[in-house]
Amino acid sequence: MPIGLKPVADARSRQFDDPRLQEAWQGLDCGFAAVADVFADCAREALGALTASQFAAYIEAARGLGKLGRGAEPMLVFLQEWPAVVGAVRGDALAPVLDLVRAMQKSPNGGAIAGFLQTLAPVARRLQAIEQLELYLDLVRDLMQRTSTSIHGRHITFPSPSLPVFCRQAPQLLGLLSLGGLRNWADYGIRSHATHPERQEEYFALQSADSRAILQRERHGTLFADVERKLELWLRALWREGEMLVPYSTAFDEIRQPMPYWDSQGMRVPDVLDDALRPGGRVSGLDRYRAVLAHMAGHRRWSSPQIADNWSPFQRMAVEFFEDCRVDLLLVRDYPGLRRILLALHPHPAAAGCDPETTSCLRHRLAMISRAILDPDHGYLEPVLLDYVGRFHALLAEGPSSTAEVAALALSWVAKTRRQSDQFAKIHFTDTVIDYRDDNRQLWRFIEEGDEEEAFDEPRRRSPAEEPAALPPRRYPEWDYRSQSYRPDWASVYEALHPSGNAADIDRLLARHAVLAKRLKRLLDILKPQDKVRVRYQEEGSELDLDVALRSLIDYRSGSMPDPRINMSHTTAGRNIAVMVLLDLSESLNNRVAGGGQTVLELSREAVSLLAWAIDRLGDPCAIAGFHSNTRHEVRFQHIKGFSEFWDDAVKGRVAAMQAGWSTRIGAALRHAGHYLAARKADKRILLLLTDGEPSDVDVDDGAYLRADAKRAVDELSAKGLTTFCLSLDPKADEYVSEIFGQRWRVLDRIERLPEQLPMVYLNLTR
Amino acid sequence: MSNKEQFLVKSEPFYQAQGREVSLYEAAYAARLPVMVKGPTGCGKSRFVEYMAWKLGKPLVSVACNEDMTASDLVGRWLLDAGGTRWQDGPLTTAARIGAICYLDEVVEARQDTTVVIHPLTDHRRTLPLDKKGEVIEAHPDFQLVISYNPGYQSLMKDLKQSTKQRFTAFDFDYPEAALEARIVATETGIDEATAARLIQVAQAARNLKGHGLDEGISTRLVVYAASLMRRGVAANDACRMAMARPITDDADIRATLDSAIDSVFG
Ligand SMILES: Nc1ncnc2c1ncn2[C@@H]1O[C@H](COP(=O)(O)OP(=O)(O)O)[C@@H](O)[C@H]1O
Ligand SMILES: [Mg+2]
Repeated sequence: MPIGLKPVADARSRQFDDPRLQEAWQGLDCGFAAVADVFADCAREALGALTASQFAAYIEAARGLGKLGRGAEPMLVFLQEWPAVVGAVRGDALAPVLDLVRAMQKSPNGGAIAGFLQTLAPVARRLQAIEQLELYLDLVRDLMQRTSTSIHGRHITFPSPSLPVFCRQAPQLLGLLSLGGLRNWADYGIRSHATHPERQEEYFALQSADSRAILQRERHGTLFADVERKLELWLRALWREGEMLVPYSTAFDEIRQPMPYWDSQGMRVPDVLDDALRPGGRVSGLDRYRAVLAHMAGHRRWSSPQIADNWSPFQRMAVEFFEDCRVDLLLVRDYPGLRRILLALHPHPAAAGCDPETTSCLRHRLAMISRAILDPDHGYLEPVLLDYVGRFHALLAEGPSSTAEVAALALSWVAKTRRQSDQFAKIHFTDTVIDYRDDNRQLWRFIEEGDEEEAFDEPRRRSPAEEPAALPPRRYPEWDYRSQSYRPDWASVYEALHPSGNAADIDRLLARHAVLAKRLKRLLDILKPQDKVRVRYQEEGSELDLDVALRSLIDYRSGSMPDPRINMSHTTAGRNIAVMVLLDLSESLNNRVAGGGQTVLELSREAVSLLAWAIDRLGDPCAIAGFHSNTRHEVRFQHIKGFSEFWDDAVKGRVAAMQAGWSTRIGAALRHAGHYLAARKADKRILLLLTDGEPSDVDVDDGAYLRADAKRAVDELSAKGLTTFCLSLDPKADEYVSEIFGQRWRVLDRIERLPEQLPMVYLNLTR
Repeated sequence: MSNKEQFLVKSEPFYQAQGREVSLYEAAYAARLPVMVKGPTGCGKSRFVEYMAWKLGKPLVSVACNEDMTASDLVGRWLLDAGGTRWQDGPLTTAARIGAICYLDEVVEARQDTTVVIHPLTDHRRTLPLDKKGEVIEAHPDFQLVISYNPGYQSLMKDLKQSTKQRFTAFDFDYPEAALEARIVATETGIDEATAARLIQVAQAARNLKGHGLDEGISTRLVVYAASLMRRGVAANDACRMAMARPITDDADIRATLDSAIDSVFG
C-alpha cells in the first residue's frame, strides 16, 4: 500500500496474503477501515503469542466487541492489547474479561469498555499472574457496581463517574501499590464520595488531597515487581535456580493467609512484603523475600516427598516442622549470614505461653522446638525438648540426613509429647507462624487421589513465528499533562521498511548541490573529532608512520624486502557518536515552503540526503527513519537506513521514494526512534528530528496534549542519555518548538542554511 | 649459555594439579607437540606453564600478546646504531634458538597476520624463517610452543583461525573444583582453608551468573586477591566487595546480589 493513501474499498472486502489472516478477517466481520489497516500486524503478533484455540477465541471476542455499537475503538484496542495480556500473565483470562465487558455493556457503563481494555496489558504486566488479574477484574466490577448510582424513585441508573478514571490510572497506581493497597485506596474513595460524582472523579484522578493521602498510607513495603530481577539473580547465584517467580496477592484472603509455595508454574511469592520489625531485629522486605526463596530452594534441594496417607494430620504437621528445621539448618550451614535473618523472622514463643489445660498446644510445642533447633540461645529448659534438639543435631552431624530420617524423629516426638488437649478445638496460634516457610505441599504424595494437580498442565504452546517478516507492533505510553500521568500502551507503532524508488534521483540531487556539499565538507574537516585512533601498517594512509618507515628503510638498506606498509591512517572510532535522523512524513510536508517554490518534502529530502552524506563522511554510525500517524492506533515508522547500512543505492532509493501523508504524532515516534538509538553503544547518541510543524493527530483536538507529550518524550530520552535536536523546516516555528526542545533546535528553511545549522547540531551536542 | 640461564624458572612455583594435566603435558613435551591452554581468565593457565617449565628444567620465554603486536615484535628486527644496522632477535626467535618453552599468553589478542608466523614452528618443519635477515632458524630440539587463550565472551569477536588451532594439542582449564580451589587459595596466601572455602563460595555465586548479566565470573586470581587483603586484616565483607564484587560489574542489581551473597556467606 503506498504510504499516505488509504484504499477506498469497503473494509470488509480487504484482502490479505496470508490465508490464516484472510480467514480470521472474514471471521471478524468488521467494516471499520481503521481496524483493517492494522489487522495484519495485530493478527500476526497474536498468532505468535496464542495457541490455535486461543487465537480463534481472540477473533471471536473481537468480533463481539465490534458489535457493541461503540465504534471501532473497543475492538481495535482489544486486537492490539490482548496478546500482550496473555503473555504477561502466562495464561488465558479471556472468559472473566469478557464477562466484565458484558456487565459493563448491560449497565450504563458501556462507554468505559475501551478504556478498560486499553490499560489491561500494562496492568497485567504489573500483576504477572492470572490469579492476580482476576482479582483486579473483581475490583473493577465491584467499583463499577458501587459507583453506578440510581436516583431514588426514578428508574434510570447513571454511569459510574470514577470507572473510566480508575481504569486509566490503574497501571500507574499498581506501580506504587500492591493489589491489596489498590483495593483499600479505591474502597476509601468509593465510601467517602459515593454521592458526589465530581469529588469521586477527582479522587480517582488523584487530584484531591485525601486521595493522595490514602495513596501514601497504602504505599508501603517492598513490591515484588520492583525487586523481581534482584531476586531472580539471587536465586541463581546462591542456589543455581532458574525457576520462574510468580506473585500472589496477600490482601484478599481474610480467613487463611496464603503462604509461599511452588508448582509447575514457578515459585509463588507474596506481591508485597513489608519490612518486619521483630523482637530479633529489623528485616527488610527484600531480605524477607530472600528468606522465602532460600527456604523453598532448600526444600527443592534437600527434601523428598513422603507418602502421606498413613499419617494423621498431627503427625504430618510435626514432620513438616521438623523437615523445615532441617532445611533451615542446612541453609545456614551453607550461608551462615542467613542465620540472622531467619532467626529474626522466626518467633520465639514463651515457654509458658500456652495453657495445656484449656488449649491445644501442639503448634506451640512445635514452634518452640523449631526455635530451639535453630537457635542455640533458645533458653528453654524442658528436658524432652532438649533431648529431641540433641537427637536432631546428632542426625545432621554427619551430613544433610534425609526427609525420611527426620520424619521418623518427628513421629517419635509426637508419640512422646502427645497430650489429650491436643484434640481441643481451641488452638494456640500466637507466635507459631513462621512466615518465610512455604506451605509444604510438595512434601506430600497422596497415593489414593493421584497427582492430578501436576499431570494435566496444558503444555503452553507458542507457535513458531513462521514469518518474522513483520515486526510486532510496539506500544508506547503517552503523557497526559492534564492528569500529570502516563497513559500506558497508548500509541501503537508499526514499523516497516520504507518503499524504494530511484537512487539516481538522489545522486542528481547531490550533484545539484555540489557547491554546498563542498562547503559542508570543509566544515566537517574542522568538526572531525580530535580523539583519533591510529591505524598502523597501512600501505596507503594519511601520514607516514616514522617508526615503521625507519624499519623499512633499514630492511631496504640491509638488502631485505622492506615492509611497504609504512603509512598510518586515523579513524574516529574513539569518538563514538551515533546519530538517528527522524523524518516527519506527515501530510503538511506537501505544502510549499514559505517564499519558495519548493515543497517542504523536497527540502526535507535534500536536507536528509546531504546530512546522511555528511554524517557518513564523518564516519559516525547513522540511521534514518520516517514516521507519520493516523490516530494513536496507527503510528507508522519506516526504516530508511539502518545503523549498519552504508549510504548506498538501496538507502538513496528509499530517500527518493519519500512521500507525505497523514499526521504527526511526534512523541510516539521519538520514543520508538529512541528505543533503537538507546541500544547503540556510543558515548554520544543524537536523535535529530526534521519536522515542519507541531505535533497533531486526528484523534486529538487539544494541541497542547501532543506538545506536552513530545516534550515529555524528549525528557525521557535525555534521561536515557540521548540528546534530541530538532531542525525545523518551518521558518515560523515559534514557541512550540522551544516548548518541546528547549534550546536544542534551529530553523532550516533553505537548504543553503544546512552548513550553518549542522555544526550547531554537532557542536551543541558533542560538547 | 648465560642467555639460557636467565630464562630458567628459579624456584618451584606452587601449582596445584587439577587432574592429569602434569603428566599429559610431560608427554606432549616429550613429543615436542605444541600446546594450547584454554580457560577463563585467572584460572591458573600461566601458573601451570610456569610450573611445567620448572619441572622440565627448561627455560621459559613468555610474551603477553596485544593487538598492536606485529610479527616483528615476535621474530625480531633490524636496529640502526652507530655502526650501521644490527639484528635483534625477538622473543620467539630467542626461544627457538636456546630451546625454551615459548608461552604466548592471550594469543587471540594478537592480530591474525601476526599469529601466522608461528605456523612453520608448529609442524614437522620446526623452523622459523627470518625473512628480513635471510636466515632460517632450525628450532632447538628442546623448543616448544605454548599458547593460552580465553574462549569466553571475547571469542565472539576474536577467535583463532582454524588453521592455527589445528596445530595444537589442547588443555581445557576451568576454575578448579571447590575444595581444590580453596586449597590453592590457602596455600597461595596463607589464609586458613575454611575461610578460603567461604571465599570460593562467593566466587561460585558470581560464576552462576555468567550469561545472566555477567560475562565472566570471579576468577581464582580475584579470590587470591581477596584472601591477601584478609591476611592483612581487612574484614571479610570489605575484602570480598573490594577484590571480588566491585571489579566485575557495574550493574546495580548484580552488585546487590553479590553483596547479599557475601553477607550470606560471611554473616
Ligand atoms: N592450579 C593452581 N595452582 C596454584 N595457583 C593457582 C592455580 N590456579 C590459579 N592459581 C592462582 O590464580 C592466579 C591466577 O592464575 P594465572 O595462571 O595467572 O591465570 P590465567 O593465566 O589463567 O589468567 C595465580 O597467580 C595463582 O595465585
Ligand atoms: Mg594469565
